[in-house]
Amino acid sequence: MNQEIKISIRNLYKVFGPEPLTAMQAVKEGMTKSELLEKQNHVLGLHDINVDMKAGQITVIMGLSGSGKSTLIRHLNRLIEPTEGSIHVNGDDVLTYDEEALRKLRREEMSMVFQKFALLPHKTVLENTGLALWIKGNEVKQFEEEATKWLARVGLQGHENQYPHQLSGGMQQRVGIARALTSNSPIMLMDEAFSALDPLIRTDMQDLLLDLQRELKKTIVFITHDLDEALKLADHLVILKDGFVVQQGEPQEIVMHPNDPYIIDFISDINRARVLRAYSIMDKTTQAPENSAGQVSSTTNLEEIIAMSHGDTSLVYQVMKDGEQVGTLSMQSLVKALVPTHSATRAVR
Amino acid sequence: MATYDFVFDKLGLKEWCAQNQTETPLSMRELLARSRGDTESSTSIWELPFPSMDALNEACRSFPQSRDLTKGLENGFLSIKDTLSIFLDPLTQPLSWFLDGALHIMQITPWWIMIPLMLVIVLLVTKSWKLVTFVGISIAGLAFIDHYDYAMQTLAIIFVCAFICVLFGVPIGIAMSRSDRMQRYTIPILDMLQTLPPFVYLIPLIFLFSVTESKLYGIAIILYAIVPVIRLTNLGIRLVDKDVIEAADAFGMTKRQKLFRVQIPLALPNIMAGVNQTIMMSLAMVVIASLVSAPGLGVLVLRGIRNLELGVGLVAGLGIVVLAVILDRVTKTSLARINASQKNEAD
Repeated sequence: MNQEIKISIRNLYKVFGPEPLTAMQAVKEGMTKSELLEKQNHVLGLHDINVDMKAGQITVIMGLSGSGKSTLIRHLNRLIEPTEGSIHVNGDDVLTYDEEALRKLRREEMSMVFQKFALLPHKTVLENTGLALWIKGNEVKQFEEEATKWLARVGLQGHENQYPHQLSGGMQQRVGIARALTSNSPIMLMDEAFSALDPLIRTDMQDLLLDLQRELKKTIVFITHDLDEALKLADHLVILKDGFVVQQGEPQEIVMHPNDPYIIDFISDINRARVLRAYSIMDKTTQAPENSAGQVSSTTNLEEIIAMSHGDTSLVYQVMKDGEQVGTLSMQSLVKALVPTHSATRAVR
Repeated sequence: MATYDFVFDKLGLKEWCAQNQTETPLSMRELLARSRGDTESSTSIWELPFPSMDALNEACRSFPQSRDLTKGLENGFLSIKDTLSIFLDPLTQPLSWFLDGALHIMQITPWWIMIPLMLVIVLLVTKSWKLVTFVGISIAGLAFIDHYDYAMQTLAIIFVCAFICVLFGVPIGIAMSRSDRMQRYTIPILDMLQTLPPFVYLIPLIFLFSVTESKLYGIAIILYAIVPVIRLTNLGIRLVDKDVIEAADAFGMTKRQKLFRVQIPLALPNIMAGVNQTIMMSLAMVVIASLVSAPGLGVLVLRGIRNLELGVGLVAGLGIVVLAVILDRVTKTSLARINASQKNEAD
């Protein structure tokens, strides 16, 4: 992992209320969120957030409602101003930006996709898609080609002249994504972009996003409250709770080694066979096993391996990456890995 | 002896009261009491008067009577009147020109140009042949009973006043929607303009301007009718979906772009509803304004009341109803057209 760091958040605090700075003092002296609300009537939105987001990766910020995840994403383009801390984009501190520089950042560096689509109801799909270019002063004719291209890419060719209210929710969000893509910005902020959609359409959209990402390699910050979605999309997963980062890291790592009862609760319900991949549970060794039943790619998920073994727990597979063996995987350890961290759960509790 | 003598005795103001023993004009109550012959002031607790200005004046002649209050207000107004008109006269002069011009144009344009022109405008804004037919028949009907000129005068006044209301009302509404403080200060003024009986603001205007000037009734109509367009512009802009505004911000719109490309277009249905109300209210006021020489159907209504000419008053009144229905239908239909083209997300 040696990609450059695109967005870097350091010691970020946000306190909501009439006098955030005084409340900030109290927080630093160790006052908790509930105490702060009770004694000073201020809400602690974010508490000492430190996250690095690498270029070309999908960073998923996950948490339940009220965990501060939507607040956090709005700090990146300063729709919300932080109380304290720093945010660097491309090494520049965006908090020092004046209005002009901030507008440039929003127009050229970042685009955003919203939970409720937030399309302009009085503009056609085409005009909505070209919003970013329109804002920069282009006429419809100038952005028509670009917008049509991205609309086609998200599967909406032929709908250019319809109005948003004529489209279904899933199609509206496709317009939302096309709008973000047309702005041609390297960073995409997605605020619960798929949460308002039906489960099947949501899966479609996730696949579309992964597909686009393979091709475009944007830096995507994705907010969700759905762990399955987070695990499916994330290169880097950040779990928020009450404004704290509880744990962050590679998603497989978090599933295998949760460090907090909150996360253990969270991951107890997921389909581990589909989430976990061979490389995260294999024994690292380059020695070929004596009785190899076959070779599997390191990114194969456990579900596929189980299907391959026909349920035979005595088999051992070679785990391959780039044509070389990187480890071995016995079906016995695979079965063990399928059991949620129950013993660990009890131990932590 | 008056009831509240003791108050002034206690306060040691007896001398101050005595200074002014010259007979002031008698109040109505005193006159009545004197004519009934009971100069004795009653001491019964049941007839204790409220310590009002008049009651206190009875005990102490130096204390002002309540009619001094209204008198003082009047004198105060009269003393600033000249300075006020120096500023207001030239400022409001264009209004007179507009009104006189519109009335003039309506009068010199022959009916066979005016009526088709109006029908074309109706067709353009509503795209509805049904409505064009209705308007055509109504105006032809009014013309047939020789009320055409009166109706056109009323329409001319309404168009000018409603136009000026929109011209000033929409920017004021926008300013209100952008600043909570501005809204806090403006709303009481709007409430007052709306609840003050319409006759009342004719009074200071009569003092300020001469009754022969058309701006006199123009101002009265505008003050009365501008309220809804201000209110609904403010409301409309405040009601624009917060998510859409956030998206506009996130994609880097300037404030001006946000206003003209998002907020005003999305608030348009509400603004148009305000314009509709403004037109209706100017129509209501134009009748009252005929008291101060506004021409039009209102003059006939007034004549009906003054001379008890039942037929004249009724026909003119019904003519106003016909105009109201026309204006309402036309503005509402064009409003519905705007609404249809920008329904909110239907999911």
